[in-house]
Amino acid sequence: MSLATLLVLADGRLPSGGHAHSGGLEPQVSAGRVRELDSVAEFLRGKLATTGLVAAAFAAAACARPGNGAEFDQGIDVRTPSPALRKASRAQGRALLRAARAMWTLPSAGREPHQPVALGIVASAAGLGALEAAVAAAHGTVSGAASAAVRLLGLDPYAVHGLLARLAPDCDRIAAAAAKTAGAPVDDLPAAGAPLLDIGAELHATWEVRLFAS
Amino acid sequence: MRARSRVVAESDGHGGTRLTELRSESPLLLRRTGARTVHLVGGGAGPLRGDDLRLEIEVGPGATLEIRSVAAQLALPGRAHLPPSRLEIHATVAGGASLRWLPEPLIAAAGCDHLTVTRVEVAEGGSLLWRDDLVCGRHDEDSGTVRTDTTIRYAGSTLYRHELSAGPAAPGWSGPAVLGEGRAIGTVVAVPASLLPPATSGPADFAIMPLAGPGALATAVAADLRPVRAALDPICDRQPATAGGRP
Repeated sequence: MSLATLLVLADGRLPSGGHAHSGGLEPQVSAGRVRELDSVAEFLRGKLATTGLVAAAFAAAACARPGNGAEFDQGIDVRTPSPALRKASRAQGRALLRAARAMWTLPSAGREPHQPVALGIVASAAGLGALEAAVAAAHGTVSGAASAAVRLLGLDPYAVHGLLARLAPDCDRIAAAAAKTAGAPVDDLPAAGAPLLDIGAELHATWEVRLFAS
Repeated sequence: MRARSRVVAESDGHGGTRLTELRSESPLLLRRTGARTVHLVGGGAGPLRGDDLRLEIEVGPGATLEIRSVAAQLALPGRAHLPPSRLEIHATVAGGASLRWLPEPLIAAAGCDHLTVTRVEVAEGGSLLWRDDLVCGRHDEDSGTVRTDTTIRYAGSTLYRHELSAGPAAPGWSGPAVLGEGRAIGTVVAVPASLLPPATSGPADFAIMPLAGPGALATAVAADLRPVRAALDPICDRQPATAGGRP
């Protein structure tokens, strides 16, 4: 495993379209639930423990078993009741594959897999292990929403990165838990849901004007 | 407390349903209350820590069953050294059969530690309306620790897989990604999707969403149970599930 390779994959500057998504933050800002740093922190904590854990688990599983991508893809489908979130996840999966094809030699992964499945397959092709795939997924879950918070609320970017630094041990814990289930049957993988993310994504998809795609 | 209760509904061959098995152990007491309706009447407070409860529901080909409850389920602390209270519900719905699960809410009282595991298997051509309401804490009370773990399968494939954790052991559960200020949440899973109104979102924290497979989910989150009921009761009472619905 190469640490530098992991940094390349987890870098926010990877041109995989992540900057276009707020990770569900924009509708909660609009609803008035997220206004300042503390509520951003609570948002990130809840997101990491729910969809972050699921993303990390599926990235780890897809990295360990990249040939089973279709099965994992269906596993994310049944854990994502919101059609808007399914669409956003597939768009990000496709964009990640497009970027990664120029970086590593990828196996066939379907046209538009869910983002965590694509991430696992790409991590495997890059020579990374399940734990590294899970760390990248967990970190990506919070870092994308954190940078959206800076743009949506005009928050101090230093303070927001302070949140990410404090969440790093939680990301490690989530990733370690996720890597442990990398060999489990799909139905037994984590399925922690976040109802307000689902509902918010559906409301958000009906807006005529929005800053982020999801 | 350990309980194993079981209800089996079968078609009587003339368009009706008969209960060929109705076995109850306290506190999961089942009572037939209508031609196709069974109520859980409860038997004592609980579940409490240490309780191990299991309910089995079987709806045979062409049969129709509705299960309700007369009162909320109140998860309570019990003795600290005992394992979390656990309710497992296993349901199977045959082709051409219909199950409506419409119980009163689960209330997670402060200090409780409770897990509900739900496994539903619907055969091709079966229909299902599965409602779960959860209230996190009684009035003006902190939530206890509660986790729900739900798998609904249709025609041999998983259709809906969902876990929800609330209370002191769940990071960020009362933050703006999970339940926010909401202390009540209700969900209805429908197979086929046509048992619910078309997809919609709002007003407030309410949405009806088509699942990736042949079903739909309605979710409502609110500060207390009243708006959740206002959003979900009408769509559950809208039309009785007809046997043999097509997804």
